[in-house]
Amino acid sequence: MHARATILPLTLDRVTYAHGSTVLIDGISTVIGASSRTIILGPNGAGKSLLLRLCHGLIAPTAGAVRWAGADTLGRSDVARRQAMVFQRPVLLRRSALANITYALSLQGRLGRAERLARAHEALAGVGLAHVAQRPAHVLSGGEQQRLAIARAAALKPDVLFLDEPTASLDPGACRAIEDAIRAIDAAGTKIIMTTHDLGQARRLADEVLFLCHGRLLEHTPADEFFESPRTPQAAAFLRGDIVG
Amino acid sequence: MHGFDEALAAAWRLIVTGDTALVEIATLSLKVSLTAVVCAALIGLPLGAALALARFPGRNALVVTINALMGLPPVVAGLLVYLLLSRAGPLGPYGLLFTPTAMIIAQTVLVTPIIAALTRQVVADLWQEYREQLTSLGASRLRAVPTLLWDARFSLVTAVLAGLGRAMAEVGAILVVGGNIAGVTRTMTTAIALETSKGDLPLALGLGIVLLVIVLAINAAAHLLGTTARRAAG
Ligand SMILES: Nc1ncnc2c1ncn2[C@@H]1O[C@H](COP(=O)(O)OP(=O)(O)OP(=O)(O)O)[C@@H](O)[C@H]1O
Ligand SMILES: [Mg+2]
Repeated sequence: MHARATILPLTLDRVTYAHGSTVLIDGISTVIGASSRTIILGPNGAGKSLLLRLCHGLIAPTAGAVRWAGADTLGRSDVARRQAMVFQRPVLLRRSALANITYALSLQGRLGRAERLARAHEALAGVGLAHVAQRPAHVLSGGEQQRLAIARAAALKPDVLFLDEPTASLDPGACRAIEDAIRAIDAAGTKIIMTTHDLGQARRLADEVLFLCHGRLLEHTPADEFFESPRTPQAAAFLRGDIVG
Repeated sequence: MHGFDEALAAAWRLIVTGDTALVEIATLSLKVSLTAVVCAALIGLPLGAALALARFPGRNALVVTINALMGLPPVVAGLLVYLLLSRAGPLGPYGLLFTPTAMIIAQTVLVTPIIAALTRQVVADLWQEYREQLTSLGASRLRAVPTLLWDARFSLVTAVLAGLGRAMAEVGAILVVGGNIAGVTRTMTTAIALETSKGDLPLALGLGIVLLVIVLAINAAAHLLGTTARRAAG
């Protein structure tokens, strides 16, 4: 096991998010540790993306709390800086692929220009995009844009990386390339928390699974166990490919 | 239409021979309006972006005011600047009234709200799209301003051009603060307005043609620049 991040574990304490009278995330409590890849599964609209945004601090829970280890000593902005997220629909800036990454690095304000460039090139190479470094991000294909977003997040070398369906629009080869990139990011010491609709991918990557349904956390189980013998009928139905009620 | 034909022919002669008065007037017009638009852009772009992102009490009132000022009648803008610059006014001692500087100030007042209001709209829309991503990357709202302005650059060219169009076309503000003094503050629009009534149709018509051509040329250039740059930037 490699040396792991300092802002983990992540503690969710009855985290709730309501919009008007609709409860979208319903009192989720759990602890997400440092030493495993965590995959969040659940049907469409279960609240997976919302949960990631709550954990990442982009939205505040309407009740309950999200706590990071060491938050007292580090301060809020430091805790935020040690996280990165790849969105379900990533936003790329209107500049070159390379400049998208150096921009993100410059926001962190810790690296010099030459270091930023070197790190950006390294990150692009890591997702197989070295040849499009100078191309405007907006002319890249959907899959290339997704990989660029991952490279940008990875270049920040965060303690935690949230990935929201990072391979949703990719062909099988590109999926494998991204899975390899994710494994490499994990091996470099970044905690992975991701959602996916690809059960094969979940099996390949997951160490543990969080299963969400209608905003509730139904399972938080080691991956082998989840896929062999899910504890809840909803998870069993989901794994069979049935519609989950 | 005998008189019109003659005037048109005379106007054409003025243009092709590069008549000194005509060239001087056109040059001054361009200088005043371009300078005013540069000043207005320097104020209006960051102001518009700040209004899109900032949260402070009275923000909505300010937004409504700036939107309303887009329709500020040029003569009223001229009058306000006149009062500021007149001998008794707060800026009276500088003796700027009836100088090109006064006209630049008046047109800046006129154009800034247009650029600020259009910028606010464009940047607010873009912020909707970028907000979570930029926040996630660690950009503060203040740091997001230049990023959003840069990413909206193609739309903002249009906002600045709208301002330039207004500056080039208006006559009220520069007439009030400039006074249409020959060789000093006579611009294309003020000359057209006043020479027409004095019967110097060839000069007025010649200037009218030049004005149209300049405005067309600026817009065509900006359009070309915009489409090629957009294609290059994706
Ligand atoms: N700001 C919001 N206001 C109201 N409802 C919202 C808001 N954000 C999300 N929702 C709702 O919350 C539910 C969960 O959304 P979320 O995006 O987290 O689903 P998901 O599990 O990621 O689904 P998918 O697999 O389709 O990506 C959805 O029903 C969505 O309509
Ligand atoms: Mg989602």
